[in-house]
Amino acid sequence: MDASLSPDQLSFPAVWRHPHLLDLERLTAAEILAILRTADELKTMTEGCRRKVPLLTGRTCANLFFENSTRTRNSFSLAAKRLGADTVEFSSSGSSVAKGETFVDTAKTIEAMGVDWVVTRHSTPGTPHLLARELGCCVLNAGDGPHEHPTQGLLDMLTILQHRIGSDWKSESADPEKVFAGMTVALVGDIAHSRTARSNLWGLRKLGAHVIICGPPTLVSHRWEELGFEVAHRLDEIVHRCDVLNLLRIQFERQKARPFPSVYEYAALYAMNGQRLRHAKPDILIMAPGPINRGVEITPEVADGPHSVILEQVTNGIAVRMASLWLLANAKDNADASTETLA
Amino acid sequence: MNDSTWVLDGGRLIDPANGIDRIARLVLHDGKVHSIDTPNGDLPPNASRLDVSGKIVAPGLVDLATELREPGSEEDETIQTGSDAALAGGYTTVLCCSSTKPLMDSAASVQLVRQIAQRVDGVRVLPIACLSKGRQAEQMAELGILADAGAAGFSDTPRPMPNDALLKRALDYCRMFDLPIFDRPEVPELAEGGVMHDGRIGLILGLKGLPTEAEDLAVARDVRLAEATKGRLHVGPVSTMGSIDMIGRVKSRGIRISASVCPHNLFGSDEALRSYDSRYKVHPPMRSPSHVEALRNAVAEGVIDAIESGHMPRAQEKKANDLDLAPFGASALETTLAAIATDLVETKILDWSRAIECLSTSPARIAGVKGGTLSVGANADVTVIDPKGAWSVEAKEFRSRCHSSPMTGRTLSARVTHTLVGGRMKFELHPTVKNSTS
Repeated sequence: MDASLSPDQLSFPAVWRHPHLLDLERLTAAEILAILRTADELKTMTEGCRRKVPLLTGRTCANLFFENSTRTRNSFSLAAKRLGADTVEFSSSGSSVAKGETFVDTAKTIEAMGVDWVVTRHSTPGTPHLLARELGCCVLNAGDGPHEHPTQGLLDMLTILQHRIGSDWKSESADPEKVFAGMTVALVGDIAHSRTARSNLWGLRKLGAHVIICGPPTLVSHRWEELGFEVAHRLDEIVHRCDVLNLLRIQFERQKARPFPSVYEYAALYAMNGQRLRHAKPDILIMAPGPINRGVEITPEVADGPHSVILEQVTNGIAVRMASLWLLANAKDNADASTETLA
Repeated sequence: MNDSTWVLDGGRLIDPANGIDRIARLVLHDGKVHSIDTPNGDLPPNASRLDVSGKIVAPGLVDLATELREPGSEEDETIQTGSDAALAGGYTTVLCCSSTKPLMDSAASVQLVRQIAQRVDGVRVLPIACLSKGRQAEQMAELGILADAGAAGFSDTPRPMPNDALLKRALDYCRMFDLPIFDRPEVPELAEGGVMHDGRIGLILGLKGLPTEAEDLAVARDVRLAEATKGRLHVGPVSTMGSIDMIGRVKSRGIRISASVCPHNLFGSDEALRSYDSRYKVHPPMRSPSHVEALRNAVAEGVIDAIESGHMPRAQEKKANDLDLAPFGASALETTLAAIATDLVETKILDWSRAIECLSTSPARIAGVKGGTLSVGANADVTVIDPKGAWSVEAKEFRSRCHSSPMTGRTLSARVTHTLVGGRMKFELHPTVKNSTS
């Protein structure tokens, strides 16, 4: 552990005021940077043999996952524990939801057991927003259908920052909207069904990156152009311009009709392989939110190669989630304190 | 107090069917319109008098598509609560769709609805029976028997009719009863799984879209079949620029087809879904502002004939679910007239006469039912409106069993104060002391 950093030195950014983290679309660039800076500091604090920083001892985090998850759920769980908080785990299978209870009532029941955060994943967009209206505790969106997955977007940005940008971005004087200036990031794959894409799009653009969305027209709507993003349908035509490629999984489970003729054809057109890598910039970063489908979006030689930062993304995920939990709890405490003062 | 004769004094009488828009006295007697502008001396004795100075006196509103949910889904609405809501909204006649199970595809089921409505003794309820047996879109229902049982028209609403050949056959067949067929235009394969308007907002929110082409293609099919068969076809509710374009073109060619729109497509856009609030999950979906603008103009220009309430009541426990599971629908009977007054009349897109034509005269003509006029001898179905009766919508105060409404929280500029059906006072906003005339 870096001896120069201790929990007492972690400062609460004045810019952060939200008791919930629901999406990146509605956050400002300064707010996004505040989470990333906090995450970076917490990551440094928890490196080495002492992994816990008791910033939130006595608090409880409930993971309400109405959809399957491995990495996100464990990541949130570890993040809470590293801050000294307890966790409650909930799965919809075998629960009251399976008996017909609405997810809102289930969440209210869990909240009534005394939790400080509800981390929720659900197949329907907007469910965290509904919970934020209905519950008194902090709500974190761990993925709502194809809408957003804000902590995934944040961990992707943190990973890029750590690799490609100097330490300037950490200073308070850095221009929040120009941190990624001059950088081109491509999101490739199933944009239509990707919550990771929707969080990355807003976050990256707010921090100044040029974002290209790439995939077949059945998965990449032309309407993204109306929203100011570059749309490409052939990976070969853009790969040489990219500083970062984020390869998104084809979400077969969300598709009712196959949006391309075959997996083989998709891989031929969009898989990042050694041959395409030869046309890329020498320092290109290869990212994937996982789980990765080897041979579909990415070949093993690229997934395991020197450009890949896929496992670093996972590590950064814990830091981003620690930062989110800590910021939200502090914002809520501050808001509650000022309400009490007013009363 | 005598209910058989009413004198409505001092109101602004608007009857689009007869081109009337002036301050006049209206006399109702024995369930019929007795006279307009009657001198004092000719009044029947013991008439009940209502001072309607400053108010609008209009023919009772007629709704082309109301879901009453009884029998089968009484948790959403009953004929009693739906009737109460309709009267509070100024409706005197509602055409009631078969949206529940058991379906209205037999004479007995049509008669049951009529009997319950008779017992309720509120708004006039006219059943729209199923167009296909079991609403399976495979075989025509027994349309002649259903007509004899009292069906006012046929439709598989709220489902669209996906079978082109069956729709054509039914349009042809129905000409012998002179009853209309109502089609909710939508290609199911293109709309499958959709929650909201398929546009930029839906793309951002990650919600599956209901594309405009799903409606446009169905309207194109419908108008072509209406032309081919010369049958009586009503398409609605429509919600897209493409629909308006096609309907306008065939009307200019003289093809007999009518169309309607819901109020929620005339006042709000898909931006409302940014709240992820299920009260904005309605069908047709709230579309983008350009569609809203085009629909408003189409109503003003007469391309769209009628405004229907789109009353699709659903119980609170159903609407409380997440957006994917929450059903489409909202309570609309009590707010439709006020919403039209606020968004189209106040903004001078329509004048009061055109608004009443869209809500009363045209729907009555399309459905081929009595009503929609204050002609002497017509049914004494009358709606009294306070054009300055501003009120704030609190859905929990609705008479409807459904308290989900996209209008909640809005301040509307006009309000229905009285509804008379067949010359009987069925709704009074604030019951007033009636002065007997001598």
